[in-house]
Amino acid sequence: MLIEARDVPNLGFNFDLYSRNDMLTKKGLKPPGYLKTGTTIVGLIYKEGVILGADTRATAGPIVADKNCEKIHYMAPNIYCCGAGTAADTEAVTDNISSQLKLHRYHTGRESRVVTALTLLKSHLFRYQGHVSAALVLGGVDLTGPHLHTIYPHGSTDTLPFATMGSGSLAAMAIFESEYREGLTRDEGVNLVTKAICSGIFNDLGSGSNVDICVIEKGKKEYLRNHLTPNPRTYISSKGYAFSKKTEVLLTKITPLKELVDVVQVGGDGMEE
Amino acid sequence: MDRDATADVNAPHSMGTTIIGVTYNGGVILGADSRTSTGLYVANRASDKITQLTDNVYICRSGSAADSQIVSDYVRYFLHQHTIQLGQPATVKVAANLVRLLSYNNKNMLQTGIIVGGWDKYEGGKIYGIPLGGTILEQPFAIGGSGSSYLYGFFDQAWKEGMTKDEAEQLVVKAVSLAIARDGASGGVVRTVTINSEGVTRNFYPGDTLPLWHDEVEAHDSLLDILNASNPEPMST
Repeated sequence: MLIEARDVPNLGFNFDLYSRNDMLTKKGLKPPGYLKTGTTIVGLIYKEGVILGADTRATAGPIVADKNCEKIHYMAPNIYCCGAGTAADTEAVTDNISSQLKLHRYHTGRESRVVTALTLLKSHLFRYQGHVSAALVLGGVDLTGPHLHTIYPHGSTDTLPFATMGSGSLAAMAIFESEYREGLTRDEGVNLVTKAICSGIFNDLGSGSNVDICVIEKGKKEYLRNHLTPNPRTYISSKGYAFSKKTEVLLTKITPLKELVDVVQVGGDGMEE
Repeated sequence: MDRDATADVNAPHSMGTTIIGVTYNGGVILGADSRTSTGLYVANRASDKITQLTDNVYICRSGSAADSQIVSDYVRYFLHQHTIQLGQPATVKVAANLVRLLSYNNKNMLQTGIIVGGWDKYEGGKIYGIPLGGTILEQPFAIGGSGSSYLYGFFDQAWKEGMTKDEAEQLVVKAVSLAIARDGASGGVVRTVTINSEGVTRNFYPGDTLPLWHDEVEAHDSLLDILNASNPEPMST
C-alpha cells in the first residue's frame, strides 16, 4: 500500500529547510539568535510550603529584549514552574504540560500532584534529547505535602529542599548555601529568596531588572509580581518624548462612515430569512 | 591547569560518581557517593544514586543522569507488571536482564552504567554489573563510575569471600570514601543500602564521619560560624 508523502504524520522535527539554511549560512548569513532568558530562578521549601523566585530579564544575544518578562509559569492552581533557557521552549513546554494536567484533573476529579507534572515534563524533555532547551524549577503543594524539583533539558530531575537554575544559579546558590535552614517562616523564606535573586540580578549579566515571587501553601497561593524593583528607570528627559509635527495641516474634513450606509430592519428577528 | 573556569550550567547532567555493590554471607550491600555535576558545577551535592526497583531489588546509577533515570523508570514499570503476572517477588536475575535488554538494544543512544543488587529466595544475595554497551556480568562484587578507577587495586587487596554484614558495610564505606578523596567528580556523602532476607536498610554517612586519608586535613569551623555562634543575628532584609 503506497502512502503519499503528504499523508505521513508529522512527528518530531521538520528538517525541510535544513539544506537551504545550511547553504545560506555558508554564504555568510548569520542565523537569528534565540531569545534566551539568561536568568536566575530559585525555589525553596519552608515550613508551610514552597516559595519560587525569578528575575525578569529576557536577552537576545547581548541585548535586553524584555525588561519585565514573567518567568514563573502557571501549571495548576497548586503548582507553579520557573523556566530558564530558550524563552519559547520554556513557555511552550509549561503551557503544554499545564493543558495536559487540566485534562487529567477533569479525568480524575482530583487536585494535580507535583510528581505528575514532573513525570510529564521529564518524559517530554527526554524525548527531545536536550534540543528543547528548558531548565525548570518546579514547585507546588499537593495532598502529599510540599515538593520542589529541578528539571534539566536532557530530562534528568533532582528533588531538593532548595534549588537554583540559570546563568545566575551560582550567585543565588551561594546565598542559599550560607543562609538556608529547615523550617523557615514565610517572611524569612521570602527574604532569602529575594536576596538570592538579587544576588543573581547584580552579579550575573544574563539576569536583571525585577524580582518575582510566588508563595504556595496548602490550599492557597500568592503570586507577587514585581515584589521588588531595585532597577527603576531613573533618567527621564525634561524635553519629553513627543515629536513636533513637521507637515502643515491645510484642511480637516471628517466623514463618519455610518452616513454612507443605510441600515434597514427587514421583518423581525434580523438574521432569519 | 588552564581551564575555562565558567561553569556551563546547561551541559548535560552527568553523575561523575563512584558506585559499588558487594555480596556478603546473607545478602548484598550497595554503596554510592552523592555528587551530580553539570560540566564543572556541582548541580546536586546530595543526590540519591541508589534507586529502588522493587521491594527486594535496588540499582546504583552512573553516567548520564537523564538516561539512567529513564532506564530505571522503565525497568521498574516492567518489573511491576512481571511481579503481577508471576504472582511472587521478581528475582534479581530478571531485574538485571531487563536492564541489560534496554541498555544493549539502545546502546547507540544511552550512556549509563548500572549495578543491580538484591536478594531473592532462590539465589540469595546477587550483584550484577551492567556497564556501557549492555554486557551483563554476575559478580561477587562490582564497581562503577569515574571514581571506580581508583578502587580496582583496593578491592583486589581488601575483598574477601563470606564477609559479615558489618565487615562488608565498612568495606563499602571505606572504598567510596577513598574514591571521593581522589576523584573530582565524586563527592558529598556516602549512601549505602543493605538488602537481605529480613528486608532493606538505608544508611547515610556524612562527610565528617568519614576517615581522613593521605594529605587530607580535618575540617575546621569557618570564621563566619564561630563569630555568629556567640551572638546570632536575626535575619533582616
